[in-house]
Amino acid sequence: MGKILGLTGDEVAAEAMRQINPDVLPAYPITPQTEIVQKFSQFVADGLVSTEMVRVESEHSAMSACIGASASGARAMTATSANGLALMWEICYIAASYRLPIVMPLVNRALSGPINIHCDHSDSMGARDSGWIQLYSENCQEVYDNLIQAIRIAESEEVLLPAMVTLDGFIISHAMERVEILEDEEVKRFIGEYRNPHSLLDINNPVTYGPLDLYDYYFEHKRQQIEAMEKVGKVIEKVGKEFGEISGRSYDLMERYQLEGADLVIVAAGSTAGTVKTVVNQLREKGVKAGLLKIRAFRPFPTEEIVQVLKNAEAVAVLDRSVSFGAQGGPLFLEIRSALFEEKKRPPVVNYIYGLGGRDIGIEEIETVYKNLERIADSKKTEELVGYLGLRE
Amino acid sequence: MKEKNWKEIPLGGLILEAGNAEEYETGSWRTYRPIRNEEKCTHCLLCWVYCPDSSIIVEEAKIKEFDYGHCKGCGICSAQCPVNAIEMVEETKFNSKKEGGE
Ligand code: SF4
Ligand code: SF4
Repeated sequence: MGKILGLTGDEVAAEAMRQINPDVLPAYPITPQTEIVQKFSQFVADGLVSTEMVRVESEHSAMSACIGASASGARAMTATSANGLALMWEICYIAASYRLPIVMPLVNRALSGPINIHCDHSDSMGARDSGWIQLYSENCQEVYDNLIQAIRIAESEEVLLPAMVTLDGFIISHAMERVEILEDEEVKRFIGEYRNPHSLLDINNPVTYGPLDLYDYYFEHKRQQIEAMEKVGKVIEKVGKEFGEISGRSYDLMERYQLEGADLVIVAAGSTAGTVKTVVNQLREKGVKAGLLKIRAFRPFPTEEIVQVLKNAEAVAVLDRSVSFGAQGGPLFLEIRSALFEEKKRPPVVNYIYGLGGRDIGIEEIETVYKNLERIADSKKTEELVGYLGLRE
Repeated sequence: MKEKNWKEIPLGGLILEAGNAEEYETGSWRTYRPIRNEEKCTHCLLCWVYCPDSSIIVEEAKIKEFDYGHCKGCGICSAQCPVNAIEMVEETKFNSKKEGGE
């Protein structure tokens, strides 16, 4: 039997990392990720993990050290937020292209400037093309569960890609919740051992990482990455099921909340999904067929599965906690709307940008969205493609 | 050489064989060619130590020759030779292609 604890998102991320017990953990602190590293360094000091912790001078170095460690056959993890992720940007692409299954909690925070330390998804959404798997978490329990599963997913032989598990800055990272923790031994058994078939330290089978790769082979290597990403979906499903067997909590590519026969659907990722669920429950009591599609895997994007659950809705609203300046809408909106393009009968899809820089979003705002969806479903007309929730106009 | 498709190559751009950089002849990159003056040379081997391309061939503790197939003509050997025994000569002064590169 595991145990039930009261932990914040950062604390539970550290707890998962203690149980994962990575061989190497290079990290640099940044708000609101700091508590993860702080708590983990306490585990190191107390001898509760056998991890080699490297106190690097920047996030650029943190990810570089992860690459060196992972290429040498070590299980490597780090953690970061916003500007920290921006500083390791270059190296994130390299980690993915070398096919190193590094796993990292990313505490979602707005990218500067003007400087802001609160939650939005501009950091992870910006990194969506870096080749990393992205799993979004709704609450502290999911942070824990996602991190443990991410190890298995990333290290899976047909995948070998790095993975980030996101948690909303402060909203999840600093809020204490009830979390169910598995036995150390159970986690150990579940994740197994990382075995890099091409370890830099294997002197009998020498290997070169990172040679020059020009127009003759670079394209082929990118094609391999595309192929690997295409295989991730099945692995996420398989690992999610197996995780359910040991924890009682199974996972899928996404969560279908009251989607059976739902007419009005909101699509959201992260902690806001929890707020949407409350509104869905209230509306269902009043007989309104409201539903929520909660995004868990954003990379890879589960197009087929999403189309199946959305195509019969009457109106869909996508909530984006980040902006793609100059684009038709937020990143999630662009993907969802494009996914539905092939369907002959498809619902109108609108977009709401919300919560930038930690701007609160409450039940009232979500209710407005469902009201608007009702109007769109009735009139079959989309008045405004992109709206802003909680913004002073 | 027929180039391979994406299913035939190791993942992540890895090279799974050791020492095959030698197969890549970098001598054609050269614009200046190092020429050693046998009379001045004291066989101190400093050039051999410094050459970043391992292009100075030594036999029985004596400089034998340059490996022009790989020497990129960086001039480091010439710059550090304590007795100025290595002169860098423009490649256009040589018309033969057989020594080094394509
Ligand atoms: S450094 Fe100069 S003197 Fe010494 S071995 Fe080389 S060429 Fe000869
Ligand atoms: S020129 Fe440069 S590459 Fe050529 S032999 Fe001298 S040091 Fe080596």
